[in-house]
Amino acid sequence: MKVIGLVAVNVFKESVRDKVLYSIVAFAVMLMSTTYLIGQLTAGQDIKIIKDLGLASISIFGLLIAIFIGIGLVWKEVEKRSIYTLLPKPMRRQEFLLGKYFGLVLTLVINIAVMTAAFYLVLALMRLLEPGIDAVSAAPATDAAMLKAIALVVVELMLVTAIALFFSTFSSPFLSALLTAGLWVAGHFNSDLRNFGAVVASPTLAQLTRAMYYVLPNFSAFDVKSQVVHAQAVPASYVALTCAYGLTYIALVLVGAAAIFARRDFK
Amino acid sequence: MDAIRTEALTKHYTVGFWRPRPYVALDGLTLQVQTGEVFGFLGPNGAGKTTTLKLLMQLIFPTSGRADILGKPAGDIDVKRRIGYLPENPYFYDYLTAQELLEYFASLFGYSPAERRTRASRLLDEVGIGAERRLQLRKFSKGMLQRVGIAQALINEPEVVFLDEPMSGLDPIGRREIREMILRLRDRGCTVFFSSHVLADAETLCSRVAIMAKGRLVTAGALSDMLAFQVRGWELVVSGLTDAVLAAAKARGDVMRVTMVGPARHALDLPLDPPPEKTLAALIAQGACLVSLTPIRDTLEDFFVQQVSGAGGSRFRESA
Repeated sequence: MKVIGLVAVNVFKESVRDKVLYSIVAFAVMLMSTTYLIGQLTAGQDIKIIKDLGLASISIFGLLIAIFIGIGLVWKEVEKRSIYTLLPKPMRRQEFLLGKYFGLVLTLVINIAVMTAAFYLVLALMRLLEPGIDAVSAAPATDAAMLKAIALVVVELMLVTAIALFFSTFSSPFLSALLTAGLWVAGHFNSDLRNFGAVVASPTLAQLTRAMYYVLPNFSAFDVKSQVVHAQAVPASYVALTCAYGLTYIALVLVGAAAIFARRDFK
Repeated sequence: MDAIRTEALTKHYTVGFWRPRPYVALDGLTLQVQTGEVFGFLGPNGAGKTTTLKLLMQLIFPTSGRADILGKPAGDIDVKRRIGYLPENPYFYDYLTAQELLEYFASLFGYSPAERRTRASRLLDEVGIGAERRLQLRKFSKGMLQRVGIAQALINEPEVVFLDEPMSGLDPIGRREIREMILRLRDRGCTVFFSSHVLADAETLCSRVAIMAKGRLVTAGALSDMLAFQVRGWELVVSGLTDAVLAAAKARGDVMRVTMVGPARHALDLPLDPPPEKTLAALIAQGACLVSLTPIRDTLEDFFVQQVSGAGGSRFRESA
């Protein structure tokens, strides 16, 4: 466990000093700030627009970090040969892999925390500038329920990171990015796969789509942004169950990644 | 107990997309390295040196055979605590400083923060980059990275240290410093296993060497045995000989070549047969004075070229 922590802290330290990451977060914060201006264009709906754009920004920029840093985690170490000095140190390959994963998750969580703080700051400023804004909306501007949506975004991105790491243990960064993004898109349409069986005549195809529904990660389950923006209740039990689903999936993906990584030759 | 022991260690890679064939990177290497010796692992490019080191570090896995370090299988966590490894052309994390990198590696061995700092600082001073300790590694030259690589290989005071081309990228002063460091390690009782192209380094440092070619072990043994076996004549330096005596000795075939090396002093190249004692006795009887008698040996380079040029055969195996 100690080794995993040491590797994770090192990944975090490297990420923090990488200017690319700063640019992504700075761009996200800037975008959230401009949502105020965009909101001004839509009379009566401005607070909803700002919330929608803000949550979408957190999700999309988090996704960019998860995929593009996730696919490079192992690949960069192998390509630059830094793994040659690290793996002969007293550690298991699985510890190295988990350390890399948790290091990126730590980076991701801190970046999302910065984006969330910026998001709430924009909303608080709006409340100050337009005191009656809460009265025209179903939920207050700085509604704490949005944190539930952000928590689920964090778990979703942890799963994306695990998938990116899984692919990066055996394929090139380009292919890893493609496969991870493909799974993310497919996962958001997962519920359609379940219903696909009802509209096709072939029982084989119906069974196949049903099997895919169970195997593919159900990313749409993590998306409650629309509900919180429209002040619809998101039960705590739903959040807990979805988190448990996400964490179980993450564990399975990491076990698979560790099994592949443990036998890989670093030529 | 041997520090390193390999038995029929073999590594095949599959090459070719349409007609995959096994390529033999290492073919049945059996080798023993004793505790406390400096062992040179020599061979031309593509001989299988780096493959062997990677197998010993478990960066790649053998197709067959086994490798033990300090009596335990290579890759064992306990073994990893007791060894150091410098890969060929090492590269590290761009955004860490040399001090941070060494402290990070020291932390993986479980040292306390204070111990990490002390070890990192001491080793960076030892390899001559103490002044650059706070510089990020992306700003380091190749030679400086090589020095960091050597420092990190020694962070745990290893019992066995594996160095893949340790002199690579170093200037003459750097090479001399590393040679001295290897000798200090030997004096401390550390086993040093290093691969190199630079035969002069092996000749200066090693007690035993192995020569590899095309993935196979060509020969292994004590350097003194290998080169003594290859004595191909004698150089006799004498004084007080007349030209007539020299001409007669040459005519008999006792002397192959005569070189004037000073006033009334000659260097004579003698063949292996007749024995030099006989020729020397005859020359002394004719008024010569002995200055020196030295065997003419093949250098390690001569021996190496001879051995490696004889290694033939394809490295592709036809699959069944």
